[in-house]
Amino acid sequence: MKISVRKGLDINLKGEADKILADSNHSKLFALKPTDFSGLVPKMLVKEGDEVKCGSPVFCDKYNDQINYVSPVSGKINEIVRGEKRRILAVTIESDGKMDQLNLKPKDLAKSDSEEIKSELMSAGLWPFFRMRPIDIVALPNDLPKSIFISGFDSHPLAPDFDFIMRGKSAEFNAGLEIVSKLTKGDVNLQLRSNADEVFTKATNVVVNTVSGPHPAGNVGVQIHEIDTLNKGEVVWYINPQDVMVIGRFALTGAYDVSKIISVGGSSISERKYYKTISGASISSIIKEKAIDDNSRIISGNVLTGEQVNLDGFLGFYHHQLSIIPEGNKHKFFLTDGWLSPGFNSFSASRAYPSWLMPKSKSYNLDTNLNGEERAFVVSGQYEKVFPFDIYPVQLLKSIITNDIEKMESLGIYEVSPEDFALCEFVCTSKVNLQKIVRDGLDLIYKECM
Amino acid sequence: MKFLRNIFDNAHEKLNANEKTKKLFPLVDAFDTLMFTPNHVTSKGSHVRDAIDLKRTMMLVILALVPCLLFGIYNTGYQHYRVLGEDATFLEMIMKGSWVVLPLVIVSYSSGLFVEFIFAIRNGHSVQEGFLVSGMLIPLCMPADVPLWMVAIATMFAVVIGKEVFGGTGMNILNVALTARAFLFFAHPTKMSGNEVWVTGFSDMKGEGLVDASSGATALGDLASTLSVSTADPLSASVSQSFEGTYSLMNSFLGFIPGSVGETSALMCLIGAGILLWTGIASWRIITSFFLGGFVMASILNAVGGSVYFELPAIHQLMLGGFMFGMVFMATDPVTASHTNTGKFIYGFLGGFLGILIRMVNPAYPEGIMLAILIANVFAPLIDHMVIQSNINRRLKRLKTA
Repeated sequence: MKISVRKGLDINLKGEADKILADSNHSKLFALKPTDFSGLVPKMLVKEGDEVKCGSPVFCDKYNDQINYVSPVSGKINEIVRGEKRRILAVTIESDGKMDQLNLKPKDLAKSDSEEIKSELMSAGLWPFFRMRPIDIVALPNDLPKSIFISGFDSHPLAPDFDFIMRGKSAEFNAGLEIVSKLTKGDVNLQLRSNADEVFTKATNVVVNTVSGPHPAGNVGVQIHEIDTLNKGEVVWYINPQDVMVIGRFALTGAYDVSKIISVGGSSISERKYYKTISGASISSIIKEKAIDDNSRIISGNVLTGEQVNLDGFLGFYHHQLSIIPEGNKHKFFLTDGWLSPGFNSFSASRAYPSWLMPKSKSYNLDTNLNGEERAFVVSGQYEKVFPFDIYPVQLLKSIITNDIEKMESLGIYEVSPEDFALCEFVCTSKVNLQKIVRDGLDLIYKECM
Repeated sequence: MKFLRNIFDNAHEKLNANEKTKKLFPLVDAFDTLMFTPNHVTSKGSHVRDAIDLKRTMMLVILALVPCLLFGIYNTGYQHYRVLGEDATFLEMIMKGSWVVLPLVIVSYSSGLFVEFIFAIRNGHSVQEGFLVSGMLIPLCMPADVPLWMVAIATMFAVVIGKEVFGGTGMNILNVALTARAFLFFAHPTKMSGNEVWVTGFSDMKGEGLVDASSGATALGDLASTLSVSTADPLSASVSQSFEGTYSLMNSFLGFIPGSVGETSALMCLIGAGILLWTGIASWRIITSFFLGGFVMASILNAVGGSVYFELPAIHQLMLGGFMFGMVFMATDPVTASHTNTGKFIYGFLGGFLGILIRMVNPAYPEGIMLAILIANVFAPLIDHMVIQSNINRRLKRLKTA
């Protein structure tokens, strides 16, 4: 199937990562953060000081206790970091550098049925790689998804090139796909750009669709909407291609190996490269303090949906990039670089700044300034230009703000996730935090309706 | 810049030091954020944000209004000397116009912002930018000789009843500037219609050296007077004649006719429309469908005929009164217009269609456009509801067939 996404916006940021692969330092400290998994209530299975190996369960989902969340490295539990009301924010693990595996027997999963595969994946800690739509949380094991989606490219600003990351790894990828395809009666849809690498185009057990158009063309939400639109009561799962490889490695060797390649980019860092690292590694093992500018923000993930971290923070579970951009914590005089400036270096999706007259290849150095203050919804029609869904975004958001569940359902909340609203949030004249609103709405729907 | 920054930082510090003065924060904050985009950084959601904000959006609308304002000043002077039958230089006309129009602008802004500040301080929120545009629209849709106290009262009424009671900027149902206009139209009908107010100085110089055939009324007022008489009546003939002369298509298009301060020149409105459409601030959907709606209605009544009014060509009809001004600046108000793209077509068409209908069929309401846009404002949520309902039904149908 050929899909062309017409609405959207490519934000061309300065600081694309060079296609050079480097090994990151081996991190001494790793973290497994329950906060990476929306809505998860963890039940601890270890205590501080316990010895763990790669693949040892650290905590499980309190309400689905067969879903394990496991240690990415071998070593011992360093600290259980708690926040308000003793909520567990992170479990840090001190690596012993040996990477001992809990299990090293290859599993012949390909011959098992879907129930056996599920229970193997859950106990081995591979289950959280599957996330579901609606709600956008870790997949519920009892659901039967009507199809599974894999986006073979990332269209976010400064996103890593999956072709570069995955090149030559067909064996692992295909082994993973074989397992993944057993979990649905429907198709495994793999969406690619038209010039994708062989590892993707020659993938087995998948239906390949080509997608053209600007961001959010790479978001699974848009792809699901175009290929297999969700209705109330239906479930679709999705998974990242690198995580399919983790499952593939598990099938081939039995090992829990969550090493992955991430890109490091942004205008505030001098060493922009791809790094081979391990899920949950500390940020300081990947980037050096002296390589980043003063007064800059480190984001685990991309600039639209990622999470702010410090040098002593950790790489997020689902993230495959680090973005480092300048903080915008200074006043801007209205005539020179504020709201009434000519704004040749400002970027706007609207035509109120001259950026729309510039060539598309021009890249911008955006900082984290809000560029205004929060206001009521005034301007209409701006979200629709970057929101390629058959959904009325403002009306849906208003129904969420007013906690009107019936209206949310009828306006299509089951088809969206917060990341689908990231571009709307970016272009918003009134600076409303839309992703938070959508997350709250989905949490309410999950609590009340599922 | 550092110097200005220090002034504001000091002011904030002093205000925050005292519980009582803390309440005045929105006052200083309004001027601060006018001079400086604040140093707020993103904390939730997207880490980078578009450069646009409400201040820039509103400022672009004001920029688009400047041609209308400048021409309005000139035309006010021009009409004054035309009716007086005196020769005057360009500069004299500008001086006369400024003397009349600028006080209107000042009174409108000061009374409106006064109310805005009171509500901001009372409710503890920052002053929102909505009134920046309303404050300019109000004087431009007033007759030149309207008493200043009326402008002040109408503005305050519009801001309080039209906007703040609904929750402030972004929450109002009716266009604020039109609410002010409608308030005066219904509360002070004798001052807001007829022959007295359209040309500045007209009421003072009655009978003294007026040029013949200058009634002081607007083109629409003259036209409306022909509705009650037959086409053979001498009145019809004289009005008909004035549409060859004073109110000719070219004069109406360029704006050398009596009328509200900023509305007379279709050309200036089109320049404003150009700015708004080029920068993407106003909706092309509303502007085009509004024009189409007006044109269709005018053509229909044109085909009916029977009086000088109805027989005026449709395109000439659209150049008169507030049609162009309302189409470009009032109907496109994003808060009170339809919010859905499909709805905007229906909303615009409805506004233009009703505007011409009201104006031509009921001679008591030559300001039909004002009423039509207000009606369209009221209907906008209903139009949106229908459009959204069709989306909801589509989703339900998909669910059933799936």
